[in-house]
Amino acid sequence: MSTMTQTPPGAENPVFYDLDEHEHPPGHSTMLGFWLYLMSDCLIFAMLFAAYGVYGGSYAGGPTARELFELPLVAVNTTMLLLSSITYGFAMISADERKQGAVLGWLAVTALFGAAFLAIELYEFSNLIHEGAGPQRSAFLSSFFTLVGTHGLHVTFGLIWLGTLMVQVSRRGLVDANLRRLQCLSLFWHFLDVIWIGVFTFVYLLGVLR
Amino acid sequence: MSDDLIKTIFGRLSIESFPIHEPILIGTFAMVALGGAALLGALTYFRLWGYLWKEWFTSVDHKKIGIMYIVLALVMFLRGFADALMMRAQQAIAFGGNEGFLPAHHYDQVFTAHGVIMIFFVAMPFVTGLMNYVVPLQIGARDVSFPFLNNFSFWMTVSGAVIVMMSLFVGEFARTGWLAMAPLSGIDYSPDVGVDYYVWALQIAGVGTLLSGVNLLATIIKMRAPGMGLMQMPIFTWSALVTNVLIVAAFPVLTAVLAMLSLDRYVGTNFFTNTGGGNPMMYTNMIWIWGHPEVYILILPAFGVFSEVVSTFSGKRLFGYTSMVYALIVICILSYLVWLHHFFTMGSGASVNSFFGITTMIISIPTGAKIFNWMFTMYRGRIRFELPMMWAVAFMLTFVVGGMTGVMLAVPPADFQFHNSLFLVAHFHNVIIGGVLFGMFAGVNYWWPKAFGFKLDKFWGTISFWCWVVGFWVAFTPLYVLGLMGVTRRLRAFDDPSLQIWFVIAAIGALIIAAGIGAMLMQFYVSIRDREKLRDFTGDPWNGRTLEWATSSPPPAYNFAFSPVIHDLDAWHDMKQRKAERPTEGFRAIHMPKNTGAGIILAGLSTVFGVAMIWYIWWLAALAFVALLAVAIGHTFNYDRDFHIPAEDVVKNEDVRTRALQSAGI
Repeated sequence: MSTMTQTPPGAENPVFYDLDEHEHPPGHSTMLGFWLYLMSDCLIFAMLFAAYGVYGGSYAGGPTARELFELPLVAVNTTMLLLSSITYGFAMISADERKQGAVLGWLAVTALFGAAFLAIELYEFSNLIHEGAGPQRSAFLSSFFTLVGTHGLHVTFGLIWLGTLMVQVSRRGLVDANLRRLQCLSLFWHFLDVIWIGVFTFVYLLGVLR
Repeated sequence: MSDDLIKTIFGRLSIESFPIHEPILIGTFAMVALGGAALLGALTYFRLWGYLWKEWFTSVDHKKIGIMYIVLALVMFLRGFADALMMRAQQAIAFGGNEGFLPAHHYDQVFTAHGVIMIFFVAMPFVTGLMNYVVPLQIGARDVSFPFLNNFSFWMTVSGAVIVMMSLFVGEFARTGWLAMAPLSGIDYSPDVGVDYYVWALQIAGVGTLLSGVNLLATIIKMRAPGMGLMQMPIFTWSALVTNVLIVAAFPVLTAVLAMLSLDRYVGTNFFTNTGGGNPMMYTNMIWIWGHPEVYILILPAFGVFSEVVSTFSGKRLFGYTSMVYALIVICILSYLVWLHHFFTMGSGASVNSFFGITTMIISIPTGAKIFNWMFTMYRGRIRFELPMMWAVAFMLTFVVGGMTGVMLAVPPADFQFHNSLFLVAHFHNVIIGGVLFGMFAGVNYWWPKAFGFKLDKFWGTISFWCWVVGFWVAFTPLYVLGLMGVTRRLRAFDDPSLQIWFVIAAIGALIIAAGIGAMLMQFYVSIRDREKLRDFTGDPWNGRTLEWATSSPPPAYNFAFSPVIHDLDAWHDMKQRKAERPTEGFRAIHMPKNTGAGIILAGLSTVFGVAMIWYIWWLAALAFVALLAVAIGHTFNYDRDFHIPAEDVVKNEDVRTRALQSAGI
């Protein structure tokens, strides 16, 4: 919104139409819109956290959090995700400097860390299910698998998106549309990181203390 | 073929899934099939498919999408109302051993479908459609922030509606009531497809609702015309802003709780089960954390419509604009602090119940303030009783009663008597019909000339109005009485013959409403037939006050050739007062988004995915999901999404408008 065309109320010749309009660049509200979407996504996680908060101790005679969680494994997992966030940050710095090769390189590194995170999570899940601690065992495990699994699904979609975007950047270069998409994915990726910190704290650390 | 193979291919779907034994459904199906075939045949005969596809289905124009939303709402309204008539008829005759004409299995589906359809596929598309149509015009914008997303959101809503309608003829719908309370909705007590239809219809439509909420929020925040600060926004736009905040903050909750319910049903988790540590009351809590804001999502846009209508037809600036805005905001916040009043009887204890009882009663303060503001706007105004204003006055009288019975329900000890009774049913119909629906009707009568360039016929409109208002009171006053006597909701047959007279009166009321609906359809027909007589050339038939009346009716694709500059709250009124001159030259090419078929294709694939999930046809679900991803990714490779309307076309358009204004003597 330009303020150039405004006249104070009561002025002699008020301007009622913007005759010399400048085009809005396309996508000028994309970041706001995407952020709003992320906040709504955050509320889905809020509900899953709330469910875990209520069911966290509903073991139904089954295994407890303390018996199941292996903190060292989760620590490695957390490291993978945090590192992927840092490398995504490097990708964005390279994007600011318009270094296409570096952007693609950092995105690839990010994807590797993300994939490692997912692999470790799947390994953990399969172990749990193998031990008879699947999502059907108790409300505690239902809410655990749903919360952590939903986060994992988000990471999976993030990876698909990342792959798509790498193709698009290598095809079209760092055009405005692609920069905007990189920024959106950046928001998304860091958002998942923040959620994971919540998961790590409330699910794993507090679960073991409980 | 072996049984296993058939099961792999068709999932749970078999010949028994088709209700060939139920004459009512067969009759309905025959009617729908004939009507549908006639419609499709007519479309083909008149070669309208290309036109519909190019100009409407793939359109990213917010005005066309808004109109399509309202068409969807009206069509689904007829279905939902048919359900209502069936229930009223059943309850009017099922006395003293008479079982009525609906078997329990069917009756339970009817009341569930009625609630689901009326809320999700009538009221929601109605308010979304109205906001979509009006908001960009009111803020002087050319479209919404994300035009493609808008088209996609609409088709996702349609997809949900299609899935609900499909349950009528393939399988069955939920028999749980409109919120599918656990554990009844769990796999143990509802093993068939009904609840799955419910879940997938709402999940798919919910994606559309959420995204359109994000879209309108970004539009209102980012795309206002120069000079329009937040406190210069028209009040309907304010109500849309608050509504969309509620949508974005409430619908994820529904998504999450329905996802947990489906995990319980599909995977065997223990969220809402009685065993395995689950807790059904969690479902009740979570669904109402979405559900209560939802009722304000419906009513706030109606409040916005009434504010515009009352101000326009009283010829006065809205009384207490600032307090109206703050009332909206306060209602928005409080709506998240009252959900427990839906289940005082759960036994949360006196302190918790008191808290939620008090917060509930507090909501009546900002709402009351709004009622007084409307009355003060009318006070000493030059009131014109056009149709929108009649609806507004009827709303004020009706809604106040509904609000007061709401306060009665908010008193926890009294609620132990009213809970789940017909008193409650009468209350929420009182506020939803008297508030939301009257508001939407006022809105349709008010903005129709803007959308189509001619007014709606007043004679049939008046008949419809009186039938609706009288019919509403005849239909629902008996339910208040019955509720106070302790009759609970959702009953199919009754023992006590002394109650029958009240149900008969209620059924008569429903018939009067049916006459109102008939008159409304007649009103549309007559108005379209006589459109030349009802034509408005000015674009401002009501002497309006806000920017949507500053452009032609119907507005050009680009809404405004030049962005208006705002100096006053009632921007268009101000422009008229100060004789702002409409520019007639110097037009430029206008940058606009291109149409795309991606939205309807994605929504179509979502429908296939949902139906496959409902019937356990896993291969199809997987296929549809992969296709969904592929189309979505494919769409992101399309970078060529906009074009310019050439300056010559704008000139041509605007010259037509100039001549129209001259012929109207302006």
